[in-house]
Amino acid sequence: MNDTLMVEALDIHKSFGSHEVLKGISLEVKRGEVTCLVGPSGSGKSTFLRCINHLEKINAGRISVDGSIIGYREHRGKLYELKPSEAAAQRVGIGMVFQRFNLFPHLTALENVISGMVKVQKVDRSEAQQQGKDLMERVGLSDKLNHYPSHLSGGQQQRVAIARSLAMKPKLMLFDEPTSALDPELVGEVLDVMKGLAQSGMTMIVVTHEMGFAREVADSIVFMDGGIVIESGDPAEVLSNPTHERTRSFLSKVI
Amino acid sequence: MAQSTKTTITAVPLRHPFRWAAALYFLLLAGAFLVDAAHRSAYGWTDFGKYVFDRRVFIAAGVTLSLTVISMLIAIVLGVGLAVMRRSPNPVFGAVSWVFIWVFRGTPVYVQLVFWGLLSTIYHSFFIGIPGLHFGNFYLGLHIPITQDFSLFWLAIIGLSLNEAAYMAEIVRAGLLSVDSGQEEAAVSLGMSWWTTMRYIVIPQAMRIIIPPTGNEIISMLKTTSLVTAVPLVTDLYARTRNISDEIYNPIPLLMVACAWYLFFTTVLMFVQHFIEKRFARGHSPLTGYQS
Repeated sequence: MNDTLMVEALDIHKSFGSHEVLKGISLEVKRGEVTCLVGPSGSGKSTFLRCINHLEKINAGRISVDGSIIGYREHRGKLYELKPSEAAAQRVGIGMVFQRFNLFPHLTALENVISGMVKVQKVDRSEAQQQGKDLMERVGLSDKLNHYPSHLSGGQQQRVAIARSLAMKPKLMLFDEPTSALDPELVGEVLDVMKGLAQSGMTMIVVTHEMGFAREVADSIVFMDGGIVIESGDPAEVLSNPTHERTRSFLSKVI
Repeated sequence: MAQSTKTTITAVPLRHPFRWAAALYFLLLAGAFLVDAAHRSAYGWTDFGKYVFDRRVFIAAGVTLSLTVISMLIAIVLGVGLAVMRRSPNPVFGAVSWVFIWVFRGTPVYVQLVFWGLLSTIYHSFFIGIPGLHFGNFYLGLHIPITQDFSLFWLAIIGLSLNEAAYMAEIVRAGLLSVDSGQEEAAVSLGMSWWTTMRYIVIPQAMRIIIPPTGNEIISMLKTTSLVTAVPLVTDLYARTRNISDEIYNPIPLLMVACAWYLFFTTVLMFVQHFIEKRFARGHSPLTGYQS
């Protein structure tokens, strides 16, 4: 495996029952790069993203993040399923931001941010709180530390969710349609945080319908449809001169 | 606010004559019943007054309360365990939990209590250890003989709590199911183990759903303790008051005594439940902690 690669996915297949959602996806993401996955709903973008941190088990192929195979250990050419504790340790290095935020409603914003640090990494509570406050400041919410998620706007909730993932100091961040559940006027604040994150050198894979964001921030864009990659490349190139008919018809609908 | 130029509405509030009439009617009805009851000799109010704070009744009320509290505590712990086992990725735990619930929810609690009373007839001893492993007559393990005088109180507790655990398991399971699956995904993505996710994320959120029916179960348990006669345990509130009424040849005043105590405990439990529910509504009541 190439040292400059953060994510390497080879010929990924995934079925739910008899329905094959991913039909051989291959993807490479270099360290510090932002890759946007775009495509019509049902194309398998989200499923692929969920496979990367093993929320879904793949049926065929192999995914490596930072050199280690997701969900398995290789020994003498044979794959062994990881123990739950080992799989959990792998996920610590991979942050995930969900469409519906999935903040813990019984915890305040700050408690949400430090939950992983305290319960998983066993960081001392006061130390975690200090780091949590810094992260909340980074996403522009230092005045909302003690608010419960239900008292925050969608945009604020999503920023807390991003801070919660960052608290684990991930090497890779996955975003599953992070702005799709937001009111239009709240999309910008979340994208701004994500831009800042990209500029700081974070490796990111973003499933999104925000073509403006993809054009401005992404290093590469991958267009998926029907469980396969239709085309990929430089965002400006793909977005302005799509070579494939399906890409063209999709882009004409969303831009 | 002070410099607001708005004129406060001054209107005649809507009248509700029917509500007043209905209230008056039911008050009169209740009054008439009470006045009549106070004069009816069959109620035996002097006996009621004599026995309601009788020492034996007092102790029996304590037995009923202990049966309720201990059984419920065991049932809640067991119920949470069974419900979590049902959700466990380990299919063996799931099956064990299913069979337990099937048996203990599927047979009447009265019948179960009779069975527990007959425990010493069915089993003569209870052995904790590795079966078959012994050196001559020396067995490696703990040997507990079950004798006739095995405490009836504890047999009643076992009977009540195992039955109740099956119901609590279903209540807890419903609570766990009510928590959005995204919560588990978010926790797992942070690297939390299955148990940490359950303990810190899923169970606390499920509590809000679990507590109201649990309060209901406690109140129900308080009254189910009157069935422990089946064991037969006769020191609880109901059996004791029946017993005393045999002395005075009039069952009615002692029934009233028992009802008064049951009602008193229920009322206290309702208050406690109210405060616990408030505690677990954190993050859900519309305006708590909102400052901006």
